[in-house]
Amino acid sequence: MPDSSKQIRNVSRRSFLKLTGLAAGGLVLGSALPGWQRPWASPTGGNSELNLFISIAPDDTVSIICHRSEMGQGIRTGLPQVVADELEADWQKVQVVQGLGDKRYGSQNTDGSRSIRRFYDTMRRMGASARTMLENAAAQQWQVPAGECKATSHRVVHTPTGRSFRFGELAAPAASQPVPGDKDLQLKGSDDFRYIGKPVNTVDTPAMVTGAADFGQDVSIDNMLIASIERAPVLGSSIKKLDDSAARKVRGVVAIERLDGGAEPPLFHPLSGVAVLATNTWTALKARRKLQIDWSDSDHLGHNSDAYLEKMQQRVREPGKTITDHGDVQKALASASRDHEAVYTVPYLAHATMEPPSATAMTTDSSCEIWACVQDPQSVQQHVGNALGLEPEQVRVNVTLLGGGFGRKSKPDFVIEAALLSRKMKRPVKVVWSREDDIRHDYYHAASAEYYRAGLDSDGRVTGWLQRAAFPSIGGTFSAGVDHPAGFELDLGFADLPFAVDNHRSETQQAEYHARIGWLRSVANIQNAFGRCSFADELAHAAGKPADRFLLELIGPDRLVDPSQGDYKYGNYGEPLEKFPLDTGRLKEVLRRTAARADLTLRGDQQSGNGEGWGIAVHRSFLSYVGIATRVRVQDNRLEIMEMHAVADVGLAVNPDRVKSQMEGSMIFGMSLALLGEIRMEDGAVSNSNFHDYQLLRMHQSPPLEVELVDSQEAPAGVGEPGVPPVAPSIANAVFAATGKRYRELPLKKHLSIG
Amino acid sequence: MQLIINGATHETDVDEDMPLLWLLRDELQMTGTKFGCGRGLCGACTIHLDGRPVRACLTPASAARGKAVTTIEGLSKNSDHPLQQAWIKHNVPQCGYCQSGQLMSAAALLQDNPNPTDSEIDRAMTGNLCRCGTYPRIKAAIKSAGQFVNAAGGNEDA
Ligand code: FES
Ligand code: FES
Repeated sequence: MPDSSKQIRNVSRRSFLKLTGLAAGGLVLGSALPGWQRPWASPTGGNSELNLFISIAPDDTVSIICHRSEMGQGIRTGLPQVVADELEADWQKVQVVQGLGDKRYGSQNTDGSRSIRRFYDTMRRMGASARTMLENAAAQQWQVPAGECKATSHRVVHTPTGRSFRFGELAAPAASQPVPGDKDLQLKGSDDFRYIGKPVNTVDTPAMVTGAADFGQDVSIDNMLIASIERAPVLGSSIKKLDDSAARKVRGVVAIERLDGGAEPPLFHPLSGVAVLATNTWTALKARRKLQIDWSDSDHLGHNSDAYLEKMQQRVREPGKTITDHGDVQKALASASRDHEAVYTVPYLAHATMEPPSATAMTTDSSCEIWACVQDPQSVQQHVGNALGLEPEQVRVNVTLLGGGFGRKSKPDFVIEAALLSRKMKRPVKVVWSREDDIRHDYYHAASAEYYRAGLDSDGRVTGWLQRAAFPSIGGTFSAGVDHPAGFELDLGFADLPFAVDNHRSETQQAEYHARIGWLRSVANIQNAFGRCSFADELAHAAGKPADRFLLELIGPDRLVDPSQGDYKYGNYGEPLEKFPLDTGRLKEVLRRTAARADLTLRGDQQSGNGEGWGIAVHRSFLSYVGIATRVRVQDNRLEIMEMHAVADVGLAVNPDRVKSQMEGSMIFGMSLALLGEIRMEDGAVSNSNFHDYQLLRMHQSPPLEVELVDSQEAPAGVGEPGVPPVAPSIANAVFAATGKRYRELPLKKHLSIG
Repeated sequence: MQLIINGATHETDVDEDMPLLWLLRDELQMTGTKFGCGRGLCGACTIHLDGRPVRACLTPASAARGKAVTTIEGLSKNSDHPLQQAWIKHNVPQCGYCQSGQLMSAAALLQDNPNPTDSEIDRAMTGNLCRCGTYPRIKAAIKSAGQFVNAAGGNEDA
């Protein structure tokens, strides 16, 4: 018997609430009700809306909207926890409601590690504003001055007499109070924080351990068809000939539809493909294998990733396009007493979210409703609207939980597929991506080559630093003719050099795109930190100094760095440098603490290549400072990671436990890419297909992890991504310490077997 | 075809070769069992057949005839399996997508061996991928749950 509570049906809110028990008093967090079914607690049903994010029911339940997408970073806990704190709500009586796509919320693009830093202040004001309205309502009821009324722990108390109202009793009168202006808001002092900075239970965990948490892949709608799509293996090619006669004969197949694609730049357009629509996923997958498709030729047919990287490695050794130029690098290098150079490469990488993309759509002539695991519902409104000829407001987007995002699910190509197919079929359609679809049709992290050259003086100090990057830009996915790394990618750990070197120059080299290139957790910081932090370690050894001492010298005095020069304007992750400076003092503090966790004098047997060693790397990204220390053992060419430590200065940690879990996750994400990750393309098509040939770190390869958070009252900075970049170089540096061998090419499984 | 899932009898009319994964998810709307790879490579679809862990994506529905199928929804009656409690205590999940499978693999492990060593845990859990990287917490949670499984004598609702 189907469990009817999991079907989306047209029920009135009242019966919906009855159906789900949502309105019952003493509501507990993480109710088994799927996130995408939770209605926004609007003023109907007895709830009073205090502002865009907060409503209160007579039974005391406070509903707080989370307008950002949950993909494991804990944002459905973090943002509401800030609101609840300022509101003086009792966390046990808070219900988190997932916001629909709606531009009134401001940006919903859950990307770039910015949910907390962009909305921390807003959420505090929302909470404080609702609290003030509750206090004013109480003052009116009692006919006393508002200053005598104080919200505390889900009640408003009249301080002189001690009498009080529950929040629920005040909800209706509070909702008709005038909204206080910003200047009338009294924000709490940090000493009074009840939830901010404290570990708070993650709201979705109870549902996640019982199978009740619902993701994009889990959506089910009456009368829905499932679509599985065979897409063009090479970018830019389209259907030349289709024979679907065998597929049509499979029992349960309802229709076979073409999706036209192939236009470039690829944008978020669906790829060319043939969709098999059936009454269940198994039938769709099975029938799809019977399709006979001839694909047209494409300009990218000759793309071969190994040859491409080979070419990039040659190119970066040739002079390129200058981005920044300080002092006289040529002279510094010419007069150096020692000169060192190296080229580093990172292959294409796939996101491989544990949940493959999936979207469900119901399209009519004048509207479209979407249920999907998306990082940016407003972008879905816009792009689905464009594809269907509808206004964004005519597209209603319900955001489910995301079984991982990492940047993949901010590209709405898979949602547009569902919307178009639903229009053709005139009924709801759910598009299910298989793992093979996901690995072969991703927006890949760019394959890259980077060249570094430095001159050292006789004291082993760096006098000149030249660096050159080549990788296909994300920009090429969106506009024709982009064939160099773009400024916004050089901001990510390349041109933002935090070193006290008088003469340094950054250049780019040409790199054409042959696949859809996208942003993957920490983006170009992956290759930029791998190059920069590996090379700095190489220089430390060349200078004969311990890595930490060498790096402290290289970073130089405490100061604020502004990397902008001439036409190159440093983006600083979209934030002003005044609020989020590039602070070498904070970088050095993280470096010292990281080094303190390692034994940098440990040297393996350089002759036999056997032994143990430590490596460190520190990197600022997404406005946070993270250091990684890694101990490895290499024996008989087999690499084992023994332990890994992260030291993170992320400013104020709103939810320290979730910050730690993000750092743990980042270390494991970083190990996957450093050790195992490699997407290969042959004749324009991806040759990997599933987890046997696109491997991710498994439990037996995952070492003990430790996380140290720097206690900070600085503005909250990024958390989801900045832990990733220093992982790969710390491992490569540790392998060098252990074996005396320097590996400049990721993944390390090319050179070592991974234990 | 008649199947017994989490103690309840279900009558279904599907192709016999349909993997249990899709029978559960599409036909019975029991979506706690997740689709991660479809090829036995990730463990997201792990369920129990007569108490043994199997990958639902590779197990045809017909293979479950006459056997007790347990899914994450049936791991405990009141969502209080020692592992579920330990998962909450250690705040294990990030995105949560892999966790049904992790729990089902861990539950089978503890049934045989309530006090597993690190390497025994590794061996039992290595087929379960977690892209978010919750392995250290999974390991800690399994260790802390073991003693309670012993005490409760296992409480699978099969
Ligand atoms: S879905 Fe069955 S093992 Fe991955
Ligand atoms: S918690 Fe996200 S894949 Fe494991």
